Amino acid sequence: MREPKRTTPRHLRSAAGILVSAFCAGGVAVILLLILGYVVREGIGAISFDFVTQLPHPVGVPGGGVSNGIVGSGIIVGIAALMAIPIGALTGIYLTYFGRGTFAAIVRFLSDVLSGIPSIAIGLFAYTVLVAPLQHFSGFSASFAFAILMLPVIITTTESAIKGVSRELYEAALALGVSRHQAIMRVILPSARSGIITGIVLAIARVTGETAPLLFTAFGSQFWELNPNNPMAELSLQVFTYAISPYKSWHEQAWGGALILILIVFAMNLGARIILKPKFR
Amino acid sequence: MADKLVVRHLSAYFHAVRALKDISLSFPENHVTAIIGPSGCGKSTLVRCLNRMHEVVAGARAEGEVLLDGEDIYAPGVDPVQIRRRIGMVFQKPTPFPAMSIEDNVAAGLSLNGLRISRAERDRIVEKSLRQAALWDEVKDRLRRPGASLSGGQQQRLCVARALAVEPEVLLMDEPCSALDPISTARIEELLLELKSSYTIVIVTHNMQQAARTADLTAFMYQGDLIEFGETRQIFTNPERRETEDYITGRFG
Repeated sequence: MREPKRTTPRHLRSAAGILVSAFCAGGVAVILLLILGYVVREGIGAISFDFVTQLPHPVGVPGGGVSNGIVGSGIIVGIAALMAIPIGALTGIYLTYFGRGTFAAIVRFLSDVLSGIPSIAIGLFAYTVLVAPLQHFSGFSASFAFAILMLPVIITTTESAIKGVSRELYEAALALGVSRHQAIMRVILPSARSGIITGIVLAIARVTGETAPLLFTAFGSQFWELNPNNPMAELSLQVFTYAISPYKSWHEQAWGGALILILIVFAMNLGARIILKPKFR
Repeated sequence: MADKLVVRHLSAYFHAVRALKDISLSFPENHVTAIIGPSGCGKSTLVRCLNRMHEVVAGARAEGEVLLDGEDIYAPGVDPVQIRRRIGMVFQKPTPFPAMSIEDNVAAGLSLNGLRISRAERDRIVEKSLRQAALWDEVKDRLRRPGASLSGGQQQRLCVARALAVEPEVLLMDEPCSALDPISTARIEELLLELKSSYTIVIVTHNMQQAARTADLTAFMYQGDLIEFGETRQIFTNPERRETEDYITGRFG
């Protein structure tokens, strides 16, 4: 049998479509690689053992590091995650399985709105309810702002992860005489686990790169500070401070800090993938 | 023959839509009863009313009585969770719990209910249920493998084993073979005939040959009404109602 003709208008349109989408995909990859490459080129020089283990030095004193910022980021984001994960996940569960009326519709709407609010406005809110009444900046107020930023991400991803688990599984559990609570906790959540964890990692990665809300919450610190009740250093805030400073040595450190931020987020994504590797198979 | 389940004036609704219209019939103990009818006739709704699964869907409710050993499962104060332990169900699509191994799937009804049983007792129930579901020989060497690693037909028998492990008195099957190939279907049908000595079985099916092969009694439903109910042979060879005859001879549906 003869090969069908390959140059009909339909084939040409199809080829053109594939070409355009491949070109766009390639463009995106190139842009991402350029950014990554540029940050690596500018930042790699600043990175050393001292950079990640030492405290910042005053301007003019060479060396110094961002160890307090790395630790501060960890503490602030960690506390934020501790607050946001249970509340967000439970809200997602509620919206999927129990929220059927107006109340659930309002919660869902507010969650959507919340995800669109600029982070700086949420920082201002944290300032108003925590920093101003207590009359001091604190790492905790930053955690509070971060938790609010994380909530809508966790709620939405939890909800869609649970909805992705077929309703048939839920009914199958109920049909065994399992209570609603047990069916959700022991059948649905484990099945939705990877989706929920992905959402949590996304949320953590998102706030790890946030700077704006920190300006008037964590405030920053030159010192080793582990108490979240005090002003704390935070990596992205340090990058911001160093980047807008007039000093060349600080600019280099800003790039170094940015590189470390990227590496941390990258490691979290990678870690999540490893954890999420299916248990079986 | 004793009636295990008796349905009296049962109506079921989805919001304002009445899906079942004043249904009354009885399911005798240790018999297989098939419910047939065209899509949307209410046959699934009817079986879902028998273990109070109907009400799980938003906006769904039921009226009337369903007597299990003479006691109304819709009486106030009756816990649907307790009813579902006595009336098990197998669904259209195989639904092994994906995060669980084969043996965990079988024991799911026990462990999820928080029953504390010894390892030996658990193993005994797992083996017994898998044997009853005619799956033991195929999976006995890989009980720790995921339930989802089985073929579709094996998964459905796994679901049968899972339903049997909680030792129900009645087994409801909602089109259990519609997603299966003919060989797996034949295995499930053999299973029905073996199981009916210990259980009361209600099977919903689209497949009239399946009803004819497996059921002692057959109910024909159409548009939410129970049109005809009787001995399977009678329904298929000498139906009383015109609609039944039209359906089984393939004139509609």
